Amino acid sequence: MSRVAFGSLIGHLRRTPLRRNVIGGLIGLVVVILVLESVDPFRQGQFATMAYLGIAAGGLTVLTGLNGQLSLGHGALMAVGAYTAALMLHDVEKPLPLPVIMLLSVLVTVVVGAVVGAAAARLHGPYIAGATLALAVAMPGIASFFGDTLGGEQGLSVSTPEAPGWFADAVYFFTAHDVTGTKYLAYVGWIGLIISFVLLANLSASRVGRTWRAVRDDEVAAEIAGINVGRARVKAFVVSAACAGLAGGVMAMVVRIAAPSGFPLTLSLSLLTAVVLGGLGSLGGALIGAALLTFLPQTVTGLGQSMGLSDLQSAQLAPLVYGLTLVLVILLAPAGLVGTIRNAWRRRQSPDTAPVHPQQEATQ
Amino acid sequence: MQQLLTTSLTGLTLGMVYAAFALALVLIWRSTRIVNFAQAPMAMITTYVALVVVNAGMSYWIGFAAALLSGLVLGAVIERVVIRQVEGKPEINAIILTLGLFVVIHAVAAIIFGSGFRSFPAPFGLNGFEAGGVTIALTGFAVFSICSVAVVMLLLVALFQHTDIGLKMRASAFNQEVSRMLGVKVTRMLTLGWALAAVVGSLSGLLIAGGNLVYPSYMDSVVVYGFVAAVIGGLDSPGGAVVGGLLLGLGLSFVSGYVGSELVALAALAILIVVLLVRPAGLFSHAPARRV
Repeated sequence: MSRVAFGSLIGHLRRTPLRRNVIGGLIGLVVVILVLESVDPFRQGQFATMAYLGIAAGGLTVLTGLNGQLSLGHGALMAVGAYTAALMLHDVEKPLPLPVIMLLSVLVTVVVGAVVGAAAARLHGPYIAGATLALAVAMPGIASFFGDTLGGEQGLSVSTPEAPGWFADAVYFFTAHDVTGTKYLAYVGWIGLIISFVLLANLSASRVGRTWRAVRDDEVAAEIAGINVGRARVKAFVVSAACAGLAGGVMAMVVRIAAPSGFPLTLSLSLLTAVVLGGLGSLGGALIGAALLTFLPQTVTGLGQSMGLSDLQSAQLAPLVYGLTLVLVILLAPAGLVGTIRNAWRRRQSPDTAPVHPQQEATQ
Repeated sequence: MQQLLTTSLTGLTLGMVYAAFALALVLIWRSTRIVNFAQAPMAMITTYVALVVVNAGMSYWIGFAAALLSGLVLGAVIERVVIRQVEGKPEINAIILTLGLFVVIHAVAAIIFGSGFRSFPAPFGLNGFEAGGVTIALTGFAVFSICSVAVVMLLLVALFQHTDIGLKMRASAFNQEVSRMLGVKVTRMLTLGWALAAVVGSLSGLLIAGGNLVYPSYMDSVVVYGFVAAVIGGLDSPGGAVVGGLLLGLGLSFVSGYVGSELVALAALAILIVVLLVRPAGLFSHAPARRV
């Protein structure tokens, strides 16, 4: 094929957001396969963690960046997904196929998200933050109250599902490596992440995404333009909750337990750190944030120990860095990493145009 | 009958403490239109200051004063150094900033004071009064809690209604531009407002801690209850915050006593949602809703 024809083919494929996003997803899949096949099992476990944090952060960044709703309850919504998956995988002889379990996690979380979202739709700013904060604080109590089914403080142990034969065969066919339990989970997580990111990117580029941005930027103007503001907010919350549910389902399998202690308020706040650092509304930023949450704690803890802090003190350094990150990003670069770089790039491209205001920073 | 009485008295005591915390949130909301979610860890870390003082062998009251004083300083410093930067910016920035402070103060407290449970002394007895062979669940410390919150409220009323500086603070909360033109140093008033709010928050932290265990996250649920109480009152009204705190304290105490203590936070969430759906502006708010 000549170079010109190849170029026009790429141009043709990039023409619609759907095609562009699907191609991006496929490229992502290739990268994921290459990375997962070349790292050791410990790193594979870390990548599995990064996958579920990335899914949840992706859902949160769409909600906060595109629709302007700040949720501190995404840790609690992840708990809903995790407990749903755990109930399917706890002491079960022959568990349901994994996609079915993941789908059920998503569905149950969507129901909870719809209830919370319906209440939150009439709220804004500090009210929605307070209500979702209450959700995050309330969730562990529910697991303790229904201790008989949900296992109380100890939680539910989760048996890791085996990779199905066809999946192992397919991986062996392409890479000539066997599929271990950890690697299988990492694949499940990343496939889930790619699917949800492709869907979120499509949604963001579609009419629905434009509606959400309109509601975020000016509620009254959006209403005058014929948008049902409440319905748009609930829809955004439900989509975001679905991501949190999927993330929770993957998390239950990766950490092999669903317990109240796994979903502290800190989890919701660190997800917020991830999306604020990356840049509100940017899926790429959410992925960068998830990488930070996954790989930073070990590094900082090690650094603390080498500086002579005790183990317990060093373990607190990671949250300290998260908190400082939140404060500094808001004070110095409210558009986040991706937004700041994009603004700087735009200024270089056309020095005359004014920089885009961080809150109106549109998402690609 | 006795359980009803016990539950009500516990609810009343807790309600006063929630009211104090709600009052701290309302003070800041009125002056800067920010809900200070970092109020909880701010109160927590000042309680640790008191604990250090008491453990060093000094009396409870010196620790008490040290906590309130450190609250005053902490509130002023945080407003001056950090919050000042986001005043007038989109409200989501301020919320994220207070949450960032929340995480930072938490981690700092855990690093300095450790994340384990430590018991906190109480200056008065923790046993109920005996009346005619029946123990009434009103402990000496509960009486102290109710009285100290009441005193603080009266002092605040006196400050805002009868002093020059209170008038200036009200003016700058009402309209910053006009107050500035009339010669009020608005920024100083905002700093003072944050400092006072932090003192009231510290007081509620000390009262929750008294005779109990303290650990870095012991105030996390209290910020939720304080917020719910403030919203019941309308976020704008100090009187409403007090009534909201008492109502919430009683309500949650009944949930805890008759349903299960695990569901208290969930009940607070349910109350918050009902209030916001039925009366979004709170029970006592007079401010007309502004749309455009």
